[in-house]
Amino acid sequence: MAMLRPRACSAETKYCPGCGHGIANRILAEVLEESGRDKRAIGAIGVGCSSLMPDTFDIDCVQAPHGRAAAVAVGLKRCRPDCAVFAYQGDGDALAIGLSETMWAAIRNERITVIFVNNGTFGMTGGQMAPTTLEGQKTSTTPMGRDAGATGRPLDIIKILRGLDIAYLARGSLSGSADIATAKKYLMSAFDAQDAGYGYSFVEMLSPCPTNWGMSPSDAMKHINGVVRQTYPTGEFLRGGGNE
Amino acid sequence: MSDVVCSGFGGQGMLTAGLILARTAMILGKNVTWIPSYGSEMRGGTANCNLKISDFKIGSPFVTDIDILIAMNAQSVDKFMPMLRRGGLLVIDAALCGASFRGDIRIESVDATGIAERSGNPRGANACMLGALAASGALFGRDETRGGMTAFFDSKGKDSAKNVSCFEKGFELARNLQGAPAWT
Amino acid sequence: MKELMKGNEAFAEAAIRAGCRFFAGYPITPQSEVLEYLSRRMPEVGGVFIQSESELAGISMVYGAAAAGFRAMTSSSGPGYSLLQEGISYIASAELPCVVMDVMRYGSGLGDIFTGQSDYWQAVYNGGHGDYRTIVYAPSSVQEMADLTVMAFGKAEERRNPVTILSDASISQMMAPVELPAMACHDPDAPAWALKGKGNGHFKRHTSVMYYMNEYDGYVRAKYEKIEKEDQRWESLETEDAEIVLVAYGISSRICEEAMRSARAQGRRVGLIRPISLYPYPVNAFDGLAPRAFLSVEMSALGQMARDVALACGMRAPVYSMLGGTRLYSCSDVEARIGEILGAAHGAF
Repeated sequence: MAMLRPRACSAETKYCPGCGHGIANRILAEVLEESGRDKRAIGAIGVGCSSLMPDTFDIDCVQAPHGRAAAVAVGLKRCRPDCAVFAYQGDGDALAIGLSETMWAAIRNERITVIFVNNGTFGMTGGQMAPTTLEGQKTSTTPMGRDAGATGRPLDIIKILRGLDIAYLARGSLSGSADIATAKKYLMSAFDAQDAGYGYSFVEMLSPCPTNWGMSPSDAMKHINGVVRQTYPTGEFLRGGGNE
Repeated sequence: MSDVVCSGFGGQGMLTAGLILARTAMILGKNVTWIPSYGSEMRGGTANCNLKISDFKIGSPFVTDIDILIAMNAQSVDKFMPMLRRGGLLVIDAALCGASFRGDIRIESVDATGIAERSGNPRGANACMLGALAASGALFGRDETRGGMTAFFDSKGKDSAKNVSCFEKGFELARNLQGAPAWT
Repeated sequence: MKELMKGNEAFAEAAIRAGCRFFAGYPITPQSEVLEYLSRRMPEVGGVFIQSESELAGISMVYGAAAAGFRAMTSSSGPGYSLLQEGISYIASAELPCVVMDVMRYGSGLGDIFTGQSDYWQAVYNGGHGDYRTIVYAPSSVQEMADLTVMAFGKAEERRNPVTILSDASISQMMAPVELPAMACHDPDAPAWALKGKGNGHFKRHTSVMYYMNEYDGYVRAKYEKIEKEDQRWESLETEDAEIVLVAYGISSRICEEAMRSARAQGRRVGLIRPISLYPYPVNAFDGLAPRAFLSVEMSALGQMARDVALACGMRAPVYSMLGGTRLYSCSDVEARIGEILGAAHGAF
């Protein structure tokens, strides 16, 4: 079977070899194009490795300030309610500097879709600790391994968002073909919830960062399946009408 | 040119009194500025506004030499009476009559709080004060002020009848407590 | 027909009449009337009002709305204006239009809420990072607030750049009769930069324009040189024969105009330059003037505008400062300072 590249993935991505962002970009493009949403899609793109996306992703977009992608998406969606509006952000962007914007877009049940790529590190800046870094994980700012006593435990945003009246909440993984297919379904469901007017949808994707994890691409995939998922279980957590 | 300060406790309607005078001035085609005290300025016991009314272009909206002071509490008298020009007008609630006043100013007094309460419109004391101001002849006449008051309440979508009634009583019951010094 | 309005309300209503249909902002004294007014008014005209979780979020929402082709704005004061700088830099770098009002209160840190002019450097020389400027208009009356707000939206689109309305607590809290502009329409689908999904065409992206430009350095320099050449605005009063020229904007210019009239009545030859655009600074206003002295008057303790006066007049005459801060100077204070300076100048000659 010939694999056709989505039209939106018009050029080679600029991510490191084995990076999960390339997969995330691809399934997002597939979801948008298979549902005909690519013609009316607008993205608000986070800062970090996410900010490499506008160069190679042929969908209308805005490069948001660091952490503010959800707020930019809110501005877009409120003005263009018929567009499929998404925020695309990493863990530093959405959960550290942008936690306030992430939470308030959800609290107001804004009709946007947030695509959250969790690779447990600040990739672009050289592998510093992120809110999602696992306990004991060595990073360039936790050289002895993350100490929960000093830095808090890894932030599981799904646990927090579950308590809100939002439309859709899921966590997938980019660590294998079956998981990627499932993550793609989650994305489709998220955009369906947005189009139905149910409100805020959020899809987290566990994603490998071989460069900063110091692993080969295949070991990074195994690490997600064997270790990362113990802290961040996958699945659909909310699926409904939000508070409409 | 009239530089006016309206001052009292928050809730006594002195900012509104200033707004009514500002609207009256606007209707009469005059230049006018109104600026309120707000925030920490108001914690000293007075809510006040500065009003400048002129046929000419108005510079600073802040009043430094007062032509007319409308004061509904003692703190306002204490704070602003020293800024009254010689021969300027002080309009007070009759409850303040016992205080000591400068000899070089005019004083018009009216039992604004009492009239308003007896009229079943306790918030209409400010309208009584405006009645006394009109009676003094120092700024706008009776018809002009009443017109400004009606226009003001209309613009807020509120009925002005009860306040106009307080205004009329204030006009009729106001008394001149202290006349202008001979040299003015 | 004239309406009696606060400066803040005139700003909000004029924006609506200029076709602004998006506001996101956060309460702060002495600016909150803008939110209160628009929370009621925006829904009446089918626009969007959002009370944002912070100024950081508010300006980012404005960024999104501007990218969608809408006329969008926010407003704040001192501490909140600091938080807006992040988004303003992004919007400037993406060359999108928006209008931002800063209602100056006095002081650094929390400061206080009384009137001041201590955000001049921040507004005029960019509180945000990078190589950009924002066009800055400083109204000195409620009427001018309305007029400049309408102009700001047009200028923001013409120059594809944020425009700042630099107000102060006095101009914003003051009420005066105002002739409101007529209702204008803005079609958000019309601007070339409006995002609405790529449809069957080519996609658009809004990010720093420098990424996709070969000669960015020269381009950005030329952009702002053109603004500096063409967009200066000011009012000159009786400067031709003046021995001393006052220079003041916003609330200070009102006090100075009163002082100037009073001094003129006493036979002193005093003039006034009132900058309306603070960026670009109206250097042309100083052409050909040769007074004995310039006096820059502002409500900041450090003399934030004074050096711009010195640059603008080329130091052809001594430039003095009259500074405020926590203290509000009056017309007679300015007159006294004029007397001092002229006395000293005469003494020296």
